Amino acid sequence: MITLNVNGRAHEVDADPKTPLLYVLRNELKLNGAKFGCGLGQCGACTVMVDGEAVYSCLTPILLLQGRAIKTLEGLGTAAQPGPLQQAFIDEQAAQCGYCIPGMIMRAQALLERNPSPSDEQIRTHMNPGLCRCGTHMRILRAVRRASKTIQGALPGGKPA
Amino acid sequence: MSESAERTGPWKITLALIGALAVALTLAFAIGRHASPAGAAPPAPSAMNDPTLVAKGAWLAAIGNCNTCHTASNDRTFAGGRPLSTPFGTIYATNITPDPETGIGRWSPSEFLRAMHRGVDREGRHLYPAFPYDHFTHVADDDVNAIYAFLMTRDPVRAQTPANRILVPRPAIAVWKALYFKSGALAPDAGHDASWNRGRYLVDGLGHCGACHTPRNALGAEKEREDLAGGTVDGWRAPALNETSPAPSLWTVEQLVTYLRTGFDAAHGTAAGTMAAVAHNLSAVPEPEVNAIAVYIAARMGASAGARATAAGSAPGGQGAAGGGTSARGEDAPTDARHGNDGDAIYRTACADCHDGGRRGIALAYSTSVTDTTPANLIRVTLDGIHPREGETGEVMPAFRGALDDAQLSSLVAFLRTRFGHAPPWQDVGGEVTKAKREQVGEDRKPS
Repeated sequence: MITLNVNGRAHEVDADPKTPLLYVLRNELKLNGAKFGCGLGQCGACTVMVDGEAVYSCLTPILLLQGRAIKTLEGLGTAAQPGPLQQAFIDEQAAQCGYCIPGMIMRAQALLERNPSPSDEQIRTHMNPGLCRCGTHMRILRAVRRASKTIQGALPGGKPA
Repeated sequence: MSESAERTGPWKITLALIGALAVALTLAFAIGRHASPAGAAPPAPSAMNDPTLVAKGAWLAAIGNCNTCHTASNDRTFAGGRPLSTPFGTIYATNITPDPETGIGRWSPSEFLRAMHRGVDREGRHLYPAFPYDHFTHVADDDVNAIYAFLMTRDPVRAQTPANRILVPRPAIAVWKALYFKSGALAPDAGHDASWNRGRYLVDGLGHCGACHTPRNALGAEKEREDLAGGTVDGWRAPALNETSPAPSLWTVEQLVTYLRTGFDAAHGTAAGTMAAVAHNLSAVPEPEVNAIAVYIAARMGASAGARATAAGSAPGGQGAAGGGTSARGEDAPTDARHGNDGDAIYRTACADCHDGGRRGIALAYSTSVTDTTPANLIRVTLDGIHPREGETGEVMPAFRGALDDAQLSSLVAFLRTRFGHAPPWQDVGGEVTKAKREQVGEDRKPS
């Protein structure tokens, strides 16, 4: 058994230590925010946070995660009470097909947690590994900027995480 | 070193520094500034409008890697502004576009030649040797003139180079030059063929390979007796290219050509760090030139140390392709380690699917990163992966920063060293992990 701490809750998981975190999140814990995209750490749809860093859950065996803080999209807010980034993505209508968005939001969350006021260049550099095939990048960038302002109290929106 | 020598060491250094300063000031007045060639002016652009000369200058500039240091952002090639950190402070690469105010637009051919050959700028001031004129001094006048024609026909970019932040005053460079700078062409070595000599001309001259691959002394000069014995650049290890090369299998000339022109060779791995930019530049250079570089480097390596050790020991058995391993295939191996600090278990669960399971990932027994003298490159590649240049195809490896914590990364690196490097453990892997993470934490943590 490996104990995974996901969104502040401990889960005892009975799985091969080699199992990628993504499969455990989706199939065992029924947390379906993170998506399977390429399975190779190249698209970012599976991105979650581990100890504050954006991580590809499709590549991360649970062996590595005993006792570490995992945060998924579900940890940022609910449909009724979205977090600042989730609200910003809604406000900017930053999703088209939406498949990449959970990963995009988690990658952005990792940035904003360590730097609530990133420059445009910092946002672009940080978000670079995330692929969006619909081409909503400009809206995604706007959403991250909007969330940054929300967090700093400059705009009304979701409660700071 | 004896105890008393250790105790007097700092005094000796202090005295040496005071002495050096005194000599510097004296020389500064004695040598002073080089007079600028009077009345020299750049030729009219039409005089440089020789497509053959400009094209030659383009690939020569690629061999010289001018763009790597003299470019701060992708859309302003050669406009300078890139900070180069040295142990003595930060130097900003200058604007070498033909902008008359902020670039080299007013430089005459002879002024450009003097900068390349003697390390003096248009105003007659000594240039810091971060600009590798200790190598460029070997470059033939014709080649320098072709590079001049190429640079002077680029689009001018107005970009003021930021002021250097460096402790060493320019006059002190005169002392450095007196001690270490040997100007002039290399005499051909009759004991070797034309290809070898061409290779040495490119490697020692324009290519300035030693700027990264040769260790430097306390005053930042390359150690002459350790030519190409391996150095460091931006935290990366530039492996030895002489007979002490740590490469686990012998580099053939063909493999070197492939590696230098594509950034990848299946029996050795991927060019990373600054070397990725070098390989990108060499992809645009005529093949015979890269071949000459490869001939010279292969000769310098000879039956290198790493390959000799491999021949005497076990893995990786010569020239095989990547992924030929048999042992620890992830899916076959038991993964019963229940804590995440077991390097072997981490390798089997996180790495082996690609590196030991028939996918394209290179078998790590072929990688210089596990046999070299420091874990710097292994740690940096594991943290940040390998990515093709923007808009291009190439080898990929995902980044494992975040997935591995410091202790896990350290134990993985230590395991890979023992398992595939067949060499004594590295000292202070944890310290190198901390260092790599600190320097690469990156700009995105600074608030705007």
